[in-house]
Amino acid sequence: MNRDAGHHDIYTEVDQDNVAWLHFAKHGSSTNVLSASVLEDFYKELLDLAERAPRGLVILSDKSNGFIAGADVREFTRLENRDQALEAIQRGQEVFDRLAALPFPTVALIHGFCLGGGLELALACRYRVSRDDPSTRLGLPEVKLGIHPGFGGSARLTHLVGAVHAMDLMLSGRTVDGRTAARMGFVDHVVPERHLKTAARALILQPGSAHRASKLQTMSNHAWVRPGLARLFEHRVARKASRDHYPAPYALIELWQQHADQQRSMMHAEAESVAKLIVGPTAQNLIRVFLLQEQLKALGRGSDYKARHVHVVGAGLMGGDIAAWCALRGLRVTLQDQSAERIAPAIKRASQLFSRRLKRPRPIQEAMDRLAPDPKGVGIGTADVVIEAIFEDAEAKRSLYAMLEPRMRDDAILATNTSSIPLAELRTALRTPSRLVGLHFFNPVAKMQLVEIVRDENTDPDVVARALAFTGLIDRLPLPVSSTPGFLVNRILLPYLLEAVELESEGVPSPEIDRQALQFGMPLGPLELADTVGLDICLHVAEILGRHFAVAVPQRLRALVAQGRLGRKSGRGFYRYRKGEPVKTSLPKGYHSNPDILDRLLLRMLNETVACLRENVVGSADHLDAGMVYGTGFAPFRGGPLHYIETTGADVILQRLHELEQQFGERFRPDPGWESVSGFTNSGIRK
Amino acid sequence: MAERISPLASGRPVYIVDGSRTPFLRARGKPGAFTASDLAFQAGRALLLRQPFAPQEFDQVILGCVMPGPSEANIARVVALRLGCGESMPAWTVQRNCASGLQALDSAARAVASGDSDLILAGGVESMSHAPVLLGTAMVAWLGQLSQARSIPARLKTLARFRPAFMKPVIGLRQGLTDPIVELNMGQTAEILAHRFDISRESMDAFALRSHQRLARAMKAGHLNEIETIYAPDGTFHDVDDGLRSDSSLEKLAALKPVFDRPFGKVTAGNSAQITDGAAWVIMASELAVKKFDLPVMGQILDTQWAGLDPAQMGLGPVYAMAPLVQRNHLKSHEVDYWEINEAFAVQVQACLRAWQDETFCKNELGLREAFDPIDEDRLNVDGGGVSIGHPVGASGARIVLHLVKTLQRTNSRRGVASLCIGGGQGGAMLVERVA
Repeated sequence: MNRDAGHHDIYTEVDQDNVAWLHFAKHGSSTNVLSASVLEDFYKELLDLAERAPRGLVILSDKSNGFIAGADVREFTRLENRDQALEAIQRGQEVFDRLAALPFPTVALIHGFCLGGGLELALACRYRVSRDDPSTRLGLPEVKLGIHPGFGGSARLTHLVGAVHAMDLMLSGRTVDGRTAARMGFVDHVVPERHLKTAARALILQPGSAHRASKLQTMSNHAWVRPGLARLFEHRVARKASRDHYPAPYALIELWQQHADQQRSMMHAEAESVAKLIVGPTAQNLIRVFLLQEQLKALGRGSDYKARHVHVVGAGLMGGDIAAWCALRGLRVTLQDQSAERIAPAIKRASQLFSRRLKRPRPIQEAMDRLAPDPKGVGIGTADVVIEAIFEDAEAKRSLYAMLEPRMRDDAILATNTSSIPLAELRTALRTPSRLVGLHFFNPVAKMQLVEIVRDENTDPDVVARALAFTGLIDRLPLPVSSTPGFLVNRILLPYLLEAVELESEGVPSPEIDRQALQFGMPLGPLELADTVGLDICLHVAEILGRHFAVAVPQRLRALVAQGRLGRKSGRGFYRYRKGEPVKTSLPKGYHSNPDILDRLLLRMLNETVACLRENVVGSADHLDAGMVYGTGFAPFRGGPLHYIETTGADVILQRLHELEQQFGERFRPDPGWESVSGFTNSGIRK
Repeated sequence: MAERISPLASGRPVYIVDGSRTPFLRARGKPGAFTASDLAFQAGRALLLRQPFAPQEFDQVILGCVMPGPSEANIARVVALRLGCGESMPAWTVQRNCASGLQALDSAARAVASGDSDLILAGGVESMSHAPVLLGTAMVAWLGQLSQARSIPARLKTLARFRPAFMKPVIGLRQGLTDPIVELNMGQTAEILAHRFDISRESMDAFALRSHQRLARAMKAGHLNEIETIYAPDGTFHDVDDGLRSDSSLEKLAALKPVFDRPFGKVTAGNSAQITDGAAWVIMASELAVKKFDLPVMGQILDTQWAGLDPAQMGLGPVYAMAPLVQRNHLKSHEVDYWEINEAFAVQVQACLRAWQDETFCKNELGLREAFDPIDEDRLNVDGGGVSIGHPVGASGARIVLHLVKTLQRTNSRRGVASLCIGGGQGGAMLVERVA
């Protein structure tokens, strides 16, 4: 009866109790995904099983990292039109319907990742058993790719646990552990590894009734309740994403509001809705960004180098937060600064981060224990990686390296978190100059996934490889950049920020400048961003970059810094801050918005983007877009700045640049790189 | 008194190679920022970070503690695991009341001397501010009945039996500092010594003041470099013993009311050890370990002695322990360069000094032919003691040995004796020597 497990993505074994165990075991991959071909294999297996009529069916995964991670996202990019998408989705629904219709008990045995299509498959089973551990994550994150569940998941989940929990999961895209899933009602048993199979077997040998939504949960789907709830959901979504930029959550709410009575029609509408969304620009761009992220992640997996101990010098905002992040990710960390006074605030922030992320006391204690304050720098001698994160002063950094290097292990990485100073200026004090590499983190460290890996022709390639691996190890996205002033992200961001300052000094109200950027899809307006970074730091970076590029620093910025208006940290910058939040005054009456504002902000950024591409600051156009999305939050639904140029048309933008140059002078002079960009095709996803 | 050969004297040499402690933090009427295991962990983490060997290299970890928290059963093992000593690290907790820390060091020393171990982490810890508050027996019994009452009438009946007096908590700390045999608290045993040796209130206050002055001087001079800064999650840090009252004076001390024998006693909060949280560690090594890891030798443990006496006069414990120790090692008082006698109470140390040179006492109580030559008070507790630094009961033994070795090093002197009185009527003493 048993089949050879080695050559099939899916195989079934039937045990002595006549219970069938269907294994997902994607060949040649560490993760199970539901590609079209896997779905077809699964369908055949289900047909076989229906004929064989076992006592029950358990569906499980042979992969150690999880059950099923979802659909094969790459296939989404090959969909040519809505009809083709609809056909694929309806086929998926058909397969899962077949599973749901089996006349014997079915159990999904879940460990690790159970996401998207994987969870939809599990929801089509009669029961679900989940492993009880933090690495088991269940969720429907489709919304993050600009779509929503399409294989019957939205219909089944809202039916199973009511709209409140179901919509919360699907609209946020967040994942939950087994215990939370059980509390919500879509997992029947949460058990430790050692009881997983026993629990599944028990559900088949002594089947009880399947889980049903409570009365209150059922009521949430009632026709009278839905309009009110839908408004509530929309209100919640609107705080995070606008309808124009992110249509998927709104489509899901509408779908539910119209069809929640009738599972069949909801499934039908679900397929139609996803088919429409998935070929739209938002979904295609978000899928592009997802795949770009995979590219950067792959860079972090290129070597088997494993750091265990990190020593961070400088316990300021960046150094302290880098140290805390490394400790959170399981590394031993020593954090050095001149005194306990300087280190203690970093310990407090670390404690807050750990509480937020780890929740339970013992894991928090473990993370705190890994983060050792080290005013004397005892950890320098044993660390695998030493990260310098002191203030931006080349001389101070050089003398620090001269002290560090003789005490460091020969094979340890020496990294600088400088945000603007080229390596060539910093490495002169080193005996082995080639060992210095840049690890440029962004603020706030716990939120910004990107780390620029700064290197030049004199950096040891092996050091770069280890820096990439280290970044992957701490779960950040490494982006190799050349050691030119400002590297990639700050260099592109700076003209955009300075143009905002320019606009403000011309009398455009700050909230209007920020509003236009937000409307374009930036996560934060440029002036609020400048306030958050600190105006003194912006000025400092501008001055450093100004030495290398034709960057005119607006007088207004100097004036504010001179007045001590440094931004959020001093309570006043472009905005006044009350309890850490900017006070945005309403626009003066009769104020007319000017379309120039957005163009000026954006085009200075895009012009610098093209300059960076021309100068090969990063390895590829894809890397550039990935860097801007993950380093600045550049509107993800637009797929990155170069992709935006491509979709808008390089000629259109160039024309506008010329106009602005006429009007405002040389800061809008088109970079020579535009010539090559006009014929430029992105190597990524094309519509 | 028959002369015995200590295994410490006859076995392999036992070296102290490093040590550290937390600042001692005065309890302020509520649980402090650190549990006992937090204190021991933080002092240990800083100590182990600077060692040339990995934490897994220890053969065992021994920690003295009188009252670990409810979630710190076998606190030595809890701390060993938090310190990264590895799952295979044997670790055990010892309890000998106020000398628990000294007991840990003695146990470690004997294991090194006998050849059982080459490298041991040993110390003491106490978070007195975290001492549990317990439910009274009557309350526990009532709760038990309530949980067994099944029917509603039975439950109501049990509920009706509740008396507000059940709510009276049992203060674990007070209980722990009361001798259950002679039914006296530690302060009362100190009052007994004051009476027996006719020591005045003024004299004990002067002793207490001197303790604070010595601590203040030591802090200024940087003689307390065994302290490691500890950090709390709320962003505060602690790097000094905060029990120091630099503004103390004889007048202020005289104004305090007696706390144990009210209203006529002499022992006050000002001339007693402070209720404190703290931890101290030393690393003990055999010659083999010293060579293997190229460890710097600070000092050597030569001998220890334990003794028992009348629980009602437990404060004299040091005399009973030190007497055989110095005799066996053929030492006169003046041949010991520095002394640390833990200041549980000012009067208790003063009583020890009187008894030490009292011929009648030495003849009758210790069976000696004559009294000892006096201990020079300028060489006793030179950098303050329990009255000023505080006395986190389980930690003090480890602290005074560590500080004694540091003092010998700093002054280039040779020999020192560290001793404590022990609640319940015992004394413990350790003889150490600087290794040049």
